[in-house]
Amino acid sequence: MSSLVIQDLHVAIGAKEIVNGLSLTINSGEVHAIMGPNGTGKSTLSKAIAGHPDYTITGGDVLLDGVSILAKEADERARAGLFLAFQYPSEIPGVSIANFLRAAVQSRMAEGEEIDATGYYKKLYAKMDLLKIDRKFTARAVNDGFSGGEKKRCEILQMAMLEPKFALMDETDSGLDIDALRIVADGVNTMRGPNLGVLMITHYQRLLDYIVPDYVHVMWDGRLVKSGDKSLALELEAKGYDWVKKELAAAVTA
Amino acid sequence: MSQSAATLSSAPPFDETVANPVVGIDQTAGNFSYKVDYEFDAGTGLYENTVRYISSVKKEAPWILEFRLNALKKFLSMPMPTHWATKDLENINFDKIRYYLSQGQKPKRTWDEVPDDIKRTFERLGIPEQERKFLAGVEAQFDSEAAYSNIKDIVAKQGVIFANSTEALREHPEIFRKFFGKVIPTGDNKFSALNSAVFSGGSFIYVPPGVKVAQPLQAYFRINAENFGQFERTLIIADEGAELTYMEGCTAPKFSTSTLHSAVVELVALKGAKIQYITVQNWSNNVFNLVTKRGVAHEEAEIKWIDCNIGSRLTMKYPGVILKGRKARGEVISIALANDGQHQDTGAKMIHAADETTSNIVAKSISVGQGRSTYRGIVHIPKHLKGCKNNTECDALLINTNSRTDTYPAITIRGDRNYVQHEASVSKINEEMIFYMQQRGLTEGQAMSLAVNGFINDLARQFPMEYSVELKRLIDLEMEGSVG
Ligand SMILES: Nc1ncnc2c1ncn2[C@@H]1O[C@H](COP(=O)(O)OP(=O)(O)OP(=O)(O)O)[C@@H](O)[C@H]1O
Ligand SMILES: [Mg+2]
Repeated sequence: MSSLVIQDLHVAIGAKEIVNGLSLTINSGEVHAIMGPNGTGKSTLSKAIAGHPDYTITGGDVLLDGVSILAKEADERARAGLFLAFQYPSEIPGVSIANFLRAAVQSRMAEGEEIDATGYYKKLYAKMDLLKIDRKFTARAVNDGFSGGEKKRCEILQMAMLEPKFALMDETDSGLDIDALRIVADGVNTMRGPNLGVLMITHYQRLLDYIVPDYVHVMWDGRLVKSGDKSLALELEAKGYDWVKKELAAAVTA
Repeated sequence: MSQSAATLSSAPPFDETVANPVVGIDQTAGNFSYKVDYEFDAGTGLYENTVRYISSVKKEAPWILEFRLNALKKFLSMPMPTHWATKDLENINFDKIRYYLSQGQKPKRTWDEVPDDIKRTFERLGIPEQERKFLAGVEAQFDSEAAYSNIKDIVAKQGVIFANSTEALREHPEIFRKFFGKVIPTGDNKFSALNSAVFSGGSFIYVPPGVKVAQPLQAYFRINAENFGQFERTLIIADEGAELTYMEGCTAPKFSTSTLHSAVVELVALKGAKIQYITVQNWSNNVFNLVTKRGVAHEEAEIKWIDCNIGSRLTMKYPGVILKGRKARGEVISIALANDGQHQDTGAKMIHAADETTSNIVAKSISVGQGRSTYRGIVHIPKHLKGCKNNTECDALLINTNSRTDTYPAITIRGDRNYVQHEASVSKINEEMIFYMQQRGLTEGQAMSLAVNGFINDLARQFPMEYSVELKRLIDLEMEGSVG
């Protein structure tokens, strides 16, 4: 059993504080959804946890299995079991998906140990079949010229290959058509289990119909202001963020 | 000027026991040097006597000495091309350079005969092993002369001549003289004049009509001594319908003083012949690498330069093809990587001189840190020609905001019966892309190499396998070294 503990986290970009004292504990086996208006700091939170160099941690801590990861480089965090499915994945011209993932898998192996090519391709093809990705994609350059939906599917393929302990999925549903959404959700549900914890950022209830979360949190101005179970998402969908805003205002004046 | 012995390199003596004993191409770059005793040494500085000394130890015919002395005059009278090229050229001190160093003028035919102090350098660079694996012949030049030169019997029996220039001038003077200095005249530029005055070593190849040499011939140029200038002279003639791939590799140890490498390479592809010339250079960053390379392609002939420039302090090199016969084809594929403190000033020249000639230039440069790359191209198609085509593509990749790239494509096309296409792009490896790759587990250095290899991937795929592997390895080394 693993845990990812975010303790009173403060994150700034330059002088601007974006995440503002956020705390959350995710245990393996759990799926947490974070919802919140545009610009509230959801992507900032996920990139800061993953170790993006532009984001300064000005307070708090992030612990993976009880150990702070803040001093670690992004690649060390990744190899320790943290995966970020990007809201806007980068394109890497000239580097094929097969070679890229191969390098990523190789980076997790001990010094001197060589990847078994046959086993690697077998696994890659199995995961591609699961996500209904055409095998021709292995030869294509990572995200280069991909449609929005293809990019998101490619993120989940990478997640399936790298088998993280914790996955931070930033708006994986945006850009997916209805069929693709179901395929991706099925893929994530297959990975779901006692060895994986998920933090899922989304704007839409529809994703949560397919990947049913254990917890739902509302993020506002760099903090989690409301938490509940899956019914909270339905309530949000019905009442909108104004409802949260009013509740917040009431709490401040009370 | 006398023969002096015991000229030592001032690099720290190399400790064999500490070094990686593995022989093969997977050694770190050529930054090592062994102490070598030179039997022939032209001393320091460039005088008429220097040229006479070189000519006399080589026992050259009078016409060659005359050619050399004439070239020396040209060299001394020509200005540095600093009106268009970098001022860094002014930092070459011609008085401090040693122009000829060797242990003898006759290369050995077997590695066993090569003196130990030289042999171990080439073993460490993996040359004998490559030769066994995939080459039709090898010439290994150590400072001024080839220490080893051999061609597989099966290739020699087809009439292919593969020798160094010193030998070839002695043994094949008629054919040498016919083509020598014709593609690149002495006064083409200041450095071709310098080479013409003091040239030594380099390959001479003649492939008879219709002979297609299946495996590549390779030359390896090694600079060992400090303050040294290497001036090899290569002349390759592919007779009608002949085909040849030639590859050259080069390394030098890293000295604190500068080293000069100034070669002249002339190619002649007669009717229907094909020459592919591949360079993978990995100079240390004290080397001024100022090389003139040009070929003449006759009717329906094809000349292709594949030029990978890694390392050196300053490289100035613009391989060219004169498309002399109808339907001749010329191609330059150029990859340049300029790391901190390096300037890669590279490009291509395509001179169309007959109808229906086609040329293709693809140049990719990578600039890292303070590294600087410059592309200079000339494509010339005169008005009276018809049916000529040129495609030029220049792509630059910048790996941080300090690095600099300039593109000077000069395309002079006259007349409306010809077709040219030019594309240029500048891209950056941005932080987001590196972060993305690091998020998948790659270190920053691995991420950068992967991105760089991706950038040149479509070109590297055209190389023979062994060379694309070698190129990838060199890029990995450069990129690993460039992250703090
Ligand atoms: N590199 C940056 N430089 C300056 N400001 C930034 C940077 N990245 C994010 N911000 C700002 O930080 C705030 C939070 O952005 P973030 O991307 O985390 O929001 P989000 O909650 O993910 O929004 P969305 O729902 O639209 O994806 C925004 O105001 C954004 O403009
Ligand atoms: Mg976002």
